[in-house]
Amino acid sequence: MNDPKESKPSIELGHRTAGQSVATPPDGLRGNRQMTSDRTLERENRPVSLTAAEILGRSAGIGILLLAVMGAFFYLDGGFSPHKLTQARFVDGFEKVNGVHPGFRRNHAKGLPVTGYFDSNGNGTRISKAVVFLPGRVPVIGRFSLGTGDPNTADAPGIPRGLGIEYQMPDGEEWRTAMINLPIFPFKDPQAFYDNMMASAPVPETHKPDPAKQAAFMASHPETVHALEVFKSKEPSSGFDNATFYGLTAFIFTSGEGKATPVRWMLVPDQPYVAASAAGTPGGDKNYLFNGVIASILQHPLEWHLILTLGQPGDPTNNSTSEWPAGREQVDVGTLTLNTVEAEETSQTRVVNFDPLVLPAGISPSDDPLLSARSGVYSESFTRRAGEKEEPSAITAADIRKGAQQ
Amino acid sequence: MTTGERKQFAGSIRFFHWLVAAIVLTMLGIGVSMISSLADYHRLISIHRPLGILLLILVAIRLVNRLLHGAPELPKTMSDQEKFIARASEVLLYVLLFAMPLVGWGMLSAARFPIAMFGSVHLFPILPHNVMLYAVLRKTHTVLAYLLFFAFIAHFGAALFHSLVLRDGLFSRMAPWRASSEARN
Repeated sequence: MNDPKESKPSIELGHRTAGQSVATPPDGLRGNRQMTSDRTLERENRPVSLTAAEILGRSAGIGILLLAVMGAFFYLDGGFSPHKLTQARFVDGFEKVNGVHPGFRRNHAKGLPVTGYFDSNGNGTRISKAVVFLPGRVPVIGRFSLGTGDPNTADAPGIPRGLGIEYQMPDGEEWRTAMINLPIFPFKDPQAFYDNMMASAPVPETHKPDPAKQAAFMASHPETVHALEVFKSKEPSSGFDNATFYGLTAFIFTSGEGKATPVRWMLVPDQPYVAASAAGTPGGDKNYLFNGVIASILQHPLEWHLILTLGQPGDPTNNSTSEWPAGREQVDVGTLTLNTVEAEETSQTRVVNFDPLVLPAGISPSDDPLLSARSGVYSESFTRRAGEKEEPSAITAADIRKGAQQ
Repeated sequence: MTTGERKQFAGSIRFFHWLVAAIVLTMLGIGVSMISSLADYHRLISIHRPLGILLLILVAIRLVNRLLHGAPELPKTMSDQEKFIARASEVLLYVLLFAMPLVGWGMLSAARFPIAMFGSVHLFPILPHNVMLYAVLRKTHTVLAYLLFFAFIAHFGAALFHSLVLRDGLFSRMAPWRASSEARN
């Protein structure tokens, strides 16, 4: 290799080693350290000049070590498990089934921003120290949505309805929630959600899902079959305004004294329940659910009660597909009022990620595998749409002006 | 005892170097793991955020400390070109170590995401709410992370090469242990 470079340090080091042995102090401890250093130096010195084979061997060793470090990171990156369900692959799944609609959420794409406030009655303070439960009012922003990835889906009573609410606390903390109008979730973990999405994807030839794939999914997912039976037992309400919205997943609420309680919550409307079939579905209006809530909110503020259901020891916290036993204590902790509505084109809500794991101190995630997965997938969806040029939403500012005139 | 040139960085500089190195490697590992794990995403990002801010503080202290104490001379055997590369790579690493946490903090600010540390403690936003800005910074965070990773690989590889093949005493400047007395006399 480089001869002059190689020889120089060898000579210098040799010289140093010699000088050093003379300078060794008599002090015992120091002497010990000295000896170690001497050995180190000796080791470094020993091959006064490396043979070509040694240079090659050592360089190769360094190369292998560096490759091993890179390989370890590639492993952490999921590079060696191409079929592992990751955030990116999950969102790819939504895009595969629904197509890419630039600027829109990959799920719950069709939506309508709302704002209002939450009046806490103080009853929640014994369960959680979260500032939101102190008596008083905090502002909220929210978004009604339909649970599909197509932003132009025609409204229908059977499509899950979503409500995202962000509670904004005076100390700068936030509580973001993403609820739907179903009391339990039909999928026990992210893999089941994804597999169902794939099994229900329309087949290109028929534009309908493959019944065989769907049947196979149901056969292997009894919890989904159970959830669908629960859904059938109560007909959906006629609109967004008279729907109950559920947090679905258990969270852990912690009081000021440090007592932890598993909690599921729901928003129960003051607007009276009317079954969807009793109200009928207006023909010709693809946006009848959204136009309905616009008209309703512009007539009078809409109100829901935030009801906490307190779990008992032994109630499962890792399974959103099953209900807790009947008779669990329920606590009304305050009233949510939504009094303004805005189109997505002008609202900041379009650019809010209703990540269910943005939580204030006093509320923490349970061991439900859906939570971390939702947080990760929402984030991936948010990142993708944030960088895209937005296409117009189905519900426009004109729709809201029209609602105001009614 | 003569007052010969200093051969090693000051003890505090070496301490911060190895501490920051350990945290940076941990952060790079957490970073790539969390974006490809549905199950551990939340747990990992809850560590990633405050650890990134801790890193920013440590790197700031480290830079001040480095400027105060200076550096020992590079081995005489290194050519001017090699010395330039060594100094430029130190500057590059410092730039990346500052940029990574600042871009992370900035992107969360632009997304109007709470910059939660622990408990109810969270940081103020350093940029206005702008999702386009978020999208750019989020991509930048990834690109810089890869740049930092490969800069680390080059740095680590060069240190090993100097230590095991060239054996020019370069590594002992930053060795976690104290170099032999001859290095100090």
